[in-house]
Amino acid sequence: MAKNCHNDYKMKFSLEEEYPDLSQHNNHMAKVLSKDVYSKLRSKSTPSGFTLDDCIQTGVDNPGHPFIMTVGCVAGDEESYEVFKELFDPVISDRHGGYKPTDKHKTDLNWENLKGGDDLDPNYVLSSRVRTGRSIKGFTLPPHNSRGERRAVEKLSIEALSSLDGEFKGKYYPLKDMTDKEQEQLIADHFLFDKPVSPLLLAAGMARDWPDARGIWHNDNKTFLVWVNEEDHLRVISMQKGGNMKEVFKRFCVGLQKIEDVFKKHNHGFMWNEHLGFILTCPSNLGTGLRGGVHVKLPKLSTHPKFEEILTRLRLQKRGTGGVDTASVGGVFDISNADRLGSSEVQQVQLVVDGVKLMVEMEKKLEKNESIDGMIPAQK
Amino acid sequence: MATLTIKRLPPEDECPDLSQHHNHMAKVLTPDMYKELSERCTPNGFTLDKVIQTGVDNPGHPFIMTVGCVAGDEETYEVFKELLDPIIQDRHGGYKPTDKHKTDLNPNNLKGGDDLDPNYVLSSRVRTGRSIRGFCLPPHCSRGERRAIEKLSVEALGALDGDLKGKYYALKNMTDAEQQQLIDDHFLFDKPVSPLLLASGMARDWPDARGIWHNDNKTFLVWVNEEDHLRVISMQKGGNMREVFTRFCTGLTKIEELFKNKGHAFMWNEHLGYVLTCPSNLGTGLRGGVHVKLPNLSKHAKFEEVLKRLRLQKRGTGGVDTAAVGGVFDISNADRLGFSEVELVQMVVDGVKLLIEMEKRLEKGQSIDDLIPAQK
Repeated sequence: MAKNCHNDYKMKFSLEEEYPDLSQHNNHMAKVLSKDVYSKLRSKSTPSGFTLDDCIQTGVDNPGHPFIMTVGCVAGDEESYEVFKELFDPVISDRHGGYKPTDKHKTDLNWENLKGGDDLDPNYVLSSRVRTGRSIKGFTLPPHNSRGERRAVEKLSIEALSSLDGEFKGKYYPLKDMTDKEQEQLIADHFLFDKPVSPLLLAAGMARDWPDARGIWHNDNKTFLVWVNEEDHLRVISMQKGGNMKEVFKRFCVGLQKIEDVFKKHNHGFMWNEHLGFILTCPSNLGTGLRGGVHVKLPKLSTHPKFEEILTRLRLQKRGTGGVDTASVGGVFDISNADRLGSSEVQQVQLVVDGVKLMVEMEKKLEKNESIDGMIPAQK
Repeated sequence: MATLTIKRLPPEDECPDLSQHHNHMAKVLTPDMYKELSERCTPNGFTLDKVIQTGVDNPGHPFIMTVGCVAGDEETYEVFKELLDPIIQDRHGGYKPTDKHKTDLNPNNLKGGDDLDPNYVLSSRVRTGRSIRGFCLPPHCSRGERRAIEKLSVEALGALDGDLKGKYYALKNMTDAEQQQLIDDHFLFDKPVSPLLLASGMARDWPDARGIWHNDNKTFLVWVNEEDHLRVISMQKGGNMREVFTRFCTGLTKIEELFKNKGHAFMWNEHLGYVLTCPSNLGTGLRGGVHVKLPNLSKHAKFEEVLKRLRLQKRGTGGVDTAAVGGVFDISNADRLGFSEVELVQMVVDGVKLLIEMEKRLEKGQSIDDLIPAQK
């Protein structure tokens, strides 16, 4: 067990004295962190020195909202999920549809296993996108990492990305050295990410030392984009206009594989295990870490009383076109998979492809004032 | 040396990039110094990186020199001397590592101060901070420590009587009515929004164990667990600074005694005086000042120079980093360390008296050239 003198010092205070007041709280951590669990875990540290209080700080500082269940805890390193199992397992189970500590997660990044997906109607589907995150084994995660670690992750990432060629050939823009012109272009392309302002992220310590070792890489075609050292070590995004999700997913899988190969060569593969799949900072992104979706015009379907129910049954979720916590504009919705853990990448993108196809058909029916009752799907 | 396991690469890889930075920490912290000090931590596990995080995250401004570092416990000032001594020297007018600081909380030593012209001086106020020895400071303290400080404070303050008798309002349990009253009285403090404070971790677990105590007369106010363990404020309308300072000293002395009776002293040493979270508040931690009407003088070409010579500073009436409204300024002592409490309040009293004289001259269209003081 790693030694952490401040954590040891805290042990002089009783459980009652240190246990957080979660009476006003509504997040996954608050639901799970009983005095009993706190008592069991409070004396522990991961080998890199991450403690229980570090995991839960964001959830203590951000009580949450009755309607939106945030996770309320983060991992500081790969070992967090093991050392603080009694906290993370129930949070994971609650967040990921009953996923059990004994369950195994399947990874499938073989794009050829996707059926169809190349013909979503471009009159309705404006754009397609798949994103995920990756953590580099051997380094601690954004809530906990040091400047040196972050810089090492950046250095390895630049090496991996510069080795890409063909449709993947591109360029890295460190946030620190960006020219005004480059910045404007990245904003116009909707690629730029900025210092987090969300109190959920700030409270977890992810914005420390900004903008040191943060940057954006994208290919010349602007269809493959990587964020370095934002909320995860890497965020990988494949995107393009129109409805050819198959092409987007193919590029996604091929690109990810190429990047992973370079990292593996340096004995820094991606964090992964057979229970949790890809290990990421936020428990909500475990498994595939994948959000695949489209911007799709559904002005009629979205006002239909069964819209929410259909989405639930298709295992899809809706967001506004600005991303999470935004409103839809002009009847255009961001529709993506709701699941992350317990199903593979191919399975999740398949759900999007099949589900969106169905919803576009429903939209067309409603345009002709026809009923969609016969099309309501069963729960997937 | 305390054991703290934190993953770090070699110091050359960890040293912060301070090339765009403009604060006291950035002026002082060289790569060599970083290398030497990054090996250390205080007995409570406060590291160099934690000391400087706020200064790394907030590069500063060419016109306003922020400090850029904080203490996480009393030992920080000793363990990281090589960094903090030069910062203290730069911030506190050349104060040397060998200098001794004098504490004087005897209000009888203040001369005058009871007759600042109330046509000009709208209100008078003295504030300071105190840290309770044996506990970590706000950037580093745990919930248990913060709650212990609150408990001790509530007990100590609960024992005050006479004109100091009052009540504690925990932020967590405040009723809407209480909250509204505290806002109307300008007593309420809220979760910090300043990135300088947030980056140092002082807002963790808000609003747990934070609260406001004030006497029934609303002239003596204590903030618990905001930027320091305690912030103590004495204030009233008008220009009787002497009365404000007397109440300040009496109240502080009583509180200190009550804490001592429970086996808890304030953090103090003969070099740094009272030890507080921010190096800028060391020594007396005292800011004594008035809200004063100086519409003519404030536009005079020599206003800034006069303030400087009097060792005073101006702020807007909203406090630090606000603008003056209607020619009313917050004028207070600029120094904290190297002068006693009495000396600093004396400077405010004498200085404000002179500023008002100057204002009156300018009202009559007369020159103030003969009144310009020498550098104090």
